[in-house]
Amino acid sequence: MTADLIRLERRLATPRWLMLAVPAAAGVVALLLAAIFLAATGRDPISTYRQMAQASITRDGALSATMITATPLLLTGLAAAIAFRMRAWNIGGEGQLYIGAIAAAGAGLVVGGQGLAVALPAMCLAGMAGGALWAAIPGLLRAHLNTNEILTSLMLNYVAALLGYYLIFGSGSYWRDLTSPGAQVFPQGKEIAATSWWPGFLAPGVVLPLGFLVGIACAVGLFVTIRSTRFGFRLRVVSDSPRAALYAGIRTKRAFVLVMVLSGALAGLAGVSQVGDFAHQLDPKGLQGAAYGYTGIVVAALARYNPIGVILAALFMGALANAGLSLAGSDFPQGLVGMIEGIILFCALGGEVLSRYRIRVGRGSRALASVVASDSTAPAPRVDGIAGEGAGQGGAEVDMGTGRIL
Amino acid sequence: MRGEHESADSGVVLGASGVTKRFPGVIANDQVDFALRRGEVHALLGENGSGKTTLCKILTGLYRPDEGSVILDGAEARLHSPADAHASGVFMVHQHFSLVDNMTVAENVVLGWKAGRRMRLSRAQIEDEVAAAAERFDMFVHPRAQIWQLSVGERQRVEILKTLYRGAHTLILDEPTTVLTPQEAERLFESLRRMVEHGGSVVFISHKLPEVLAVCDRVTVLRQGRNIGTVDVGDGVTDAKGLARMMVGREIELGRRPERRGRVGDEPLLRLIDVSADGDHGAPAVKEVSLAVLPGEVLGIAGVAGNGQRELAEVVTGVRPRSAGTVALDGRELASGSPLNAAKRGVAYVPEDRMGVGLAPGMELWENLLLRAGKGACWRGPFIRRSNGIAHAEALVESFDIRGQPRTLVRQLSGGNAQKVLLARELSSDPRVLVIAAPTRGLDVAAMAAVRAFLIEAAEHGVAVMLISEDLEELMDLCDRIAVMCAGRVTGVVSVGSTDVEEIGLLMGGVTA
Repeated sequence: MTADLIRLERRLATPRWLMLAVPAAAGVVALLLAAIFLAATGRDPISTYRQMAQASITRDGALSATMITATPLLLTGLAAAIAFRMRAWNIGGEGQLYIGAIAAAGAGLVVGGQGLAVALPAMCLAGMAGGALWAAIPGLLRAHLNTNEILTSLMLNYVAALLGYYLIFGSGSYWRDLTSPGAQVFPQGKEIAATSWWPGFLAPGVVLPLGFLVGIACAVGLFVTIRSTRFGFRLRVVSDSPRAALYAGIRTKRAFVLVMVLSGALAGLAGVSQVGDFAHQLDPKGLQGAAYGYTGIVVAALARYNPIGVILAALFMGALANAGLSLAGSDFPQGLVGMIEGIILFCALGGEVLSRYRIRVGRGSRALASVVASDSTAPAPRVDGIAGEGAGQGGAEVDMGTGRIL
Repeated sequence: MRGEHESADSGVVLGASGVTKRFPGVIANDQVDFALRRGEVHALLGENGSGKTTLCKILTGLYRPDEGSVILDGAEARLHSPADAHASGVFMVHQHFSLVDNMTVAENVVLGWKAGRRMRLSRAQIEDEVAAAAERFDMFVHPRAQIWQLSVGERQRVEILKTLYRGAHTLILDEPTTVLTPQEAERLFESLRRMVEHGGSVVFISHKLPEVLAVCDRVTVLRQGRNIGTVDVGDGVTDAKGLARMMVGREIELGRRPERRGRVGDEPLLRLIDVSADGDHGAPAVKEVSLAVLPGEVLGIAGVAGNGQRELAEVVTGVRPRSAGTVALDGRELASGSPLNAAKRGVAYVPEDRMGVGLAPGMELWENLLLRAGKGACWRGPFIRRSNGIAHAEALVESFDIRGQPRTLVRQLSGGNAQKVLLARELSSDPRVLVIAAPTRGLDVAAMAAVRAFLIEAAEHGVAVMLISEDLEELMDLCDRIAVMCAGRVTGVVSVGSTDVEEIGLLMGGVTA
């Protein structure tokens, strides 16, 4: 019998107050940790934090800049959240975003001259369909050939990126601008007609891109779908207990493919918004540099895969990215920026783990109360913590909040 | 003071004095005194959740008591780990075996045993030692057999041999008979008596009254973490009824099938003809099974676990496709491998694995009640009507006496309440056939009685019930006829009125009449 010093035990029940307390505590801890680093490298933590707050929130236009970064993150975050929530490990949001952008740029170039009323739905449909199809590939492979969707969806990201590069840098494709003088020097995408650029909406002190509003609508729609529709109900059964789903007559393979398709469509929409809201052309290099698809996974994790939470998490990540941009400079190395961002994310996600698991410190073991209280013939609740059977008893018990998904 | 039963403390090989153990929100043991004398089989009797297992984990050093102390060989002892208990010869055999499937009996016996470690293990010597120990306690298993080749009863013997090889003189057996056929259980009791004759002592955890009365010298009853009393089995006063009253704190009438009142129809409602099906690994698990169940009849399916009963249930309920034969309800064939079709035709299923197959444990109670209902007041087009769903759940919680709220996560329910949720869902759909497996396994007496009552009521309403169970007692109480399965085949169908446990036990072993 080993007596581990620290063990994690999954929580059964969920005190509600901890859902607020944990993120708050994580934020404080993160700021304190980062302050140590800043002080150690000879910088004033307070002024650095003030600068970060200004760049992401208080300065003129800072909020709007935050929104611009948050918009794609909101959509890719939703894409990852719905997939992960249903245990479809779609890592391919990045590639689905590229394909969405390619399809949307194509649609925008074709119908852009006919005005926003035509171009907007055309771009959205094309982009979502593109992303959905791209995600359907790993989905179908998993459902019918039992391949690992993590690997296949990830690999398709590179394929999608290369396709984008080919269209702009490697060929004289329909997407590439072959006429304007600038494009003669450096290859770039054809710009869609200005009449079909997506409008921004002016709220007090901030410009909201149309894509952001679309994202909020998607988040709400997704929340309602999961919570209150037959489709969402079935998905939840499949993710919670595939065998129960099978017995309830739910076609689990189809459900899996549908989740992947839905996730891909949302990631594709992020690509659409990149073209319609901001770039107005296919810009594979810009998309790849931003890596919104991958960051969306972090957003989803921060939000505990809750669609409404994704809105907040996307704003938070957008603000963090902007703050980081403003800090970087000759006297403030990029590495330190990454360091601060990393500490903040680490604390936020670490707090998440602590909220879902209970930590036990000290020699010994006590199983979950209900496991022990019931005799061993009763079906014991699954303990998926890293808990092993230890020896003895005692030790401090640290409760660190809790989290329930949806 | 070997053999001197009446001497009080000096003969105590293992005991507890005022042991209290608290878990968050629960007192698992409350001032429990317990004394195991040398040379006795002492039963720890109690419902699930009464604290039997907690007490034994304290006695073997897995837990430390919050208050009170453990007594070893008449003296107070502090156990820091099971190793301390092992050093004093106290071992516990858990319900779930810890054996390595593709190693031999002898290898499993010495596996991980440090105290006897020699520079070189002599295979032959170990095998001889194991065989000798097996001989002495009448627990023969071939030392060179690999674990996967053994029956469950034989595996249990290996677990016990393991402890004896390590010098056990005090054994704690946690519900050892759950996995055994009646014959195997009888053999186990025989071995326990041998052990006691050799000066060993046994704590026998159980909630089955007949076997406690059959094998034990004394019984300590626990209820809600308290020691209700210790009685001598041979005192002429102690009987099953009295023990049950001590266990539950009130009179409990376990439902029995009342006399048939000619309700059973003549036309079979459910008919299986030459049904075969493959198991999870592709090998045939059900072989040419033909059965018929009349409306209002309870047909039992007996057998040692893993002889095709689960697969048979899955075939009838459409979860598992059949490879040959027909399953017909009311003369019309059921589609193979379609749980949806089976559900539509009125086949209800309460599987053995409640959490995970029957229920989605991470979802709320009311949602689980909707799992099989595609239509009705709780749905409107593509949407769930939450308020109706919750009201629906409230009504069922009330009528099935489920201790839980509609919004409770099913994972948080006790075994008995989870089973009631399942029954509520399946029976509220007005089934014509009910396939139910191990309906009372792991339930306490009160829940067991309730589940039995629901089952009987369903049969009274003309439902054809297929009851799969390893608990012969239960089958005898509830069934009209019992079909016995062995290695995927039905080895015999007997009428409950004209059979006994002995005959069924033989059929379970594959001996056809």
